[in-house]
Amino acid sequence: MLVGGIALALFWAPEDANQGFSQKIFYVHVPIALTAYASFGFGAWKALRLLWTGGTHYDLESYTAIHIGVIFGLLTLVTGSIWAKISWGYWWTWGERQLVLFLILFLFYSAYFMLRYSTEPGPRRERNSAVYALFGVVLIPVSFLAVRIAGTILHPTIFTHEGANLPGSMLFAFCVCLAGMLALAATLYRVELAGKRADQSLRELRELLA
Amino acid sequence: MTTAEKYVTAAYLVLLASVLVYVVIIGLKVTRLEQELADLTRTAREKLGG
Repeated sequence: MLVGGIALALFWAPEDANQGFSQKIFYVHVPIALTAYASFGFGAWKALRLLWTGGTHYDLESYTAIHIGVIFGLLTLVTGSIWAKISWGYWWTWGERQLVLFLILFLFYSAYFMLRYSTEPGPRRERNSAVYALFGVVLIPVSFLAVRIAGTILHPTIFTHEGANLPGSMLFAFCVCLAGMLALAATLYRVELAGKRADQSLRELRELLA
Repeated sequence: MTTAEKYVTAAYLVLLASVLVYVVIIGLKVTRLEQELADLTRTAREKLGG
């Protein structure tokens, strides 16, 4: 699906009148960013489930989702910087609130791993990690809405209350790319979670056989 | 290639490279897990046999 979306973006969707061919980065950069938000939100949801029900399997699920989110967050920053270089002439600007808030969100969730591995495995680590993941979710809507609050024109707003400022062909290609990116993230999540569960089971087996 | 085309290609290659690196890392992890499972199976057989 992602390959199909990229093909549509590169060969079918028309070029932007203002940005020309460089606007094609939009079809990977924005889906990656939205997928990062979705992964952090999913990780926070799993954290909430852990705190609500006490089910310890939610800890690994939350951790894996946040890990995927951090990877996609890093990709957002990298692809965004490349797009910024073409569009604005520089890799980064501290004056753009949405960029800075996304960076803060990324650093916040990167610090999740430092918190997690500073504590011994057990219920305390699970609880601390879950609470931290839940705090981070507050940053998601703030980061997402920042461009609307700031009202600057440097980082363009495509999707507004009046709808998408995109012709149909661009919107279709974008939606396919977004669906593909979410499917990619979901697949990576399942593969990574299966690996971590197998690792955990083997560790328990090793202790039993020791 | 124009400058814009180079940068767009770089952005798409970053995504592709990241996915490939991730797949390689997961592949190495699965290989390690398989090796550990084989070792534990051997240990279990020795304990049961002994």
